[in-house]
Amino acid sequence: MADETELTMRSAVNLALAEALAADDAVILLGEDVADPAGGIVGATRGLSTRFGADRVRDTPISETAIAGAAIGAALGGLRPVAEIMIMDFIGICLDQIANHAAKLRYMSGGRTPVPITIRTAVFAGTGGGATHSQSLEAWLTHVPGLKVVVPSTPRDAKGLLTSCIFDDDPCVFVESVRLFGAKGPVPADAFSIPIGSAEVKRPGSDVTVVAHGPAVPDALAAAEQLAGEGVSAEVVDLRSLVPLDLETVLASAARTRRMVIAHAATTFAGPGAELAATVSHELFGQLAAPVERVGAPFVPIPASPALERSVLPGPGEIVAAVRRVTGW
Amino acid sequence: MPDDAVSGQPRELLVALLTTMTRIMVADQRIRDGIARGELLASYWPCAGQEAVAAGVGAALAPTDWMVTTYRGLHDQLAKGVPLEPILAEMAGRATGCCGGKGGTMHVTDPEHGLMLSTGIVGAGIPVAVGLALAARTRGEDRVVTVSFGDGAVNTGAFHEGVNLAAVWELPVVLVCQNNGYGEMTPIEHVQRVTRVSDRVAGYGIPGVTVDGNDPLAVHAAAAEAVARARAGGGPTLVECVTYRLWGHYFGDPMAYIPPEQLEAARANHPVTSFRARLVAAGVLDEAAADAVDAEAAAEVEGAWRGAMEAAAASPGSALTDVYAGA
Ligand SMILES: Cc1ncc(C[n+]2csc(CCOP(=O)(O)OP(=O)(O)O)c2C)c(N)n1
Repeated sequence: MADETELTMRSAVNLALAEALAADDAVILLGEDVADPAGGIVGATRGLSTRFGADRVRDTPISETAIAGAAIGAALGGLRPVAEIMIMDFIGICLDQIANHAAKLRYMSGGRTPVPITIRTAVFAGTGGGATHSQSLEAWLTHVPGLKVVVPSTPRDAKGLLTSCIFDDDPCVFVESVRLFGAKGPVPADAFSIPIGSAEVKRPGSDVTVVAHGPAVPDALAAAEQLAGEGVSAEVVDLRSLVPLDLETVLASAARTRRMVIAHAATTFAGPGAELAATVSHELFGQLAAPVERVGAPFVPIPASPALERSVLPGPGEIVAAVRRVTGW
Repeated sequence: MPDDAVSGQPRELLVALLTTMTRIMVADQRIRDGIARGELLASYWPCAGQEAVAAGVGAALAPTDWMVTTYRGLHDQLAKGVPLEPILAEMAGRATGCCGGKGGTMHVTDPEHGLMLSTGIVGAGIPVAVGLALAARTRGEDRVVTVSFGDGAVNTGAFHEGVNLAAVWELPVVLVCQNNGYGEMTPIEHVQRVTRVSDRVAGYGIPGVTVDGNDPLAVHAAAAEAVARARAGGGPTLVECVTYRLWGHYFGDPMAYIPPEQLEAARANHPVTSFRARLVAAGVLDEAAADAVDAEAAAEVEGAWRGAMEAAAASPGSALTDVYAGA
């Protein structure tokens, strides 16, 4: 395409934030170390406080509850705050603010106090951080009515979805994966957004549907490439958001291929794929040629040793194996 | 003996304080009676005994200022200017409730009158108030934000994180600790080492004062000073108002943990009746005028009660709306 640039997801997130700050005075950023020269521990906010000032890009104390709570209050007061919770494992510290306040203040007030906040948080799985710095906790958030949960897998999606989150009138949790932060991909040069709740077929196929989100998407694409060599045509559907969930796209694909594998980095047990597996099994009962398979992490904390971590985090190999199980039927 | 505190005040303020306190007292009593008689099916956390705190703080605020309070919030809400009938309707689950019946007693919101949040989570309102103050300042609006909480809330992480953030960002927040001596069933001396809650904010580099929370003039003076400081850009203040909870934690609480003589003494020294007597003694009001304040409050509360109870229940279909924007 003509007007595209190659960006990393880090730069795409940075660009979305910069454009939002430039477009609307109501947008502010707050979080630990987000201001320059640090620019965020993952570098996503680099340069923004220099450009927009320390009032709009605010360093906070190490106070996750206060960060989330202040974002909520600022939203009640008419701003569109984007709060950074440095690492997703810390979300438990402010889960009260997110689940009891951000998610419910619109509802409890009968629609009188919406909370248009975005919480950006990063999953560090794959970096050897160990059990308290590697969790993929998106299922915690999808269980709370009132939140939107968005998980991009490409720089383009990160840019387009984050822009939508910031200007959405509901609280959105935007889950970034550090594993995906450095890889480059095409991003349209002009301002654009992607509607929240729209899954995308990242690779068409006819024999099996692989549904994934976040870092499992490139794994699924790698698996599909390998399977193509074996004569199996896998369709890869990227959910892009868990709430709202684009069931229409998933069901249409699975109804065509009659086989489905769900892949994610989170724990399989009670993980984000459980809801989808149940729904697809119910909706397509009798049409599926095989039971829905799930690929995720085993029910253990994430170990620190690189060798151990590799052994629990699923990759293309696990997805290929699951596809073989459903196509063997 | 002349009452210098009273004689130094404008008559208008004195009457306004008494009127607000009386309305709160009568409304609180009506709700407790209504529950006891089975007219109202609701949980309720009485504010009886804490009328002076709310009235004193409320009188220091402008209508455009914002307030955050808790489940024990009726007094604060009335003092902020939220009309009583929609509050009662909200408690009763009526469609005309200020939140359409989705909030209940614990979660009353009325942004039109500056009531931005009443939270059921102890301590949680403090960081939200900080954010409201940030928004006001960022948007260049002249608003002060008050946040009320109990003595128990001072031991939550949210309190400490919120106060520190308000302090370092020098935000226009007034922290109103309504120290009623108990956190649910636990007396304050079991859960904190210092005698005064206000001593605890010295560690955040902001002023903290302790006042007699049963004296509306003392509360008003401290609140007015804190509000003025906040408005002038001087940052947050903690105002600890020492008061007493006259009906236990929730209405129906058997209060087995409260020494009877302590309760008796507190009830004998009711902040509303004693302020009324003070104003009469000082000649601000004669008995007839004071009776008129009572009568007006009674009529207002009874009218609001009838209006709320006669309103239609919230329709079940509305339970599924307002989860997300446009739905
Ligand atoms: C975080 C949290 N923990 C526990 C509770 C249960 N609870 C409700 S009220 C209360 C006591 C609060 O005491 P205090 O802050 O002094 O306020 P008061 O009720 O005296 O106004 C407790 C423990 C709660 N609502 N929230």
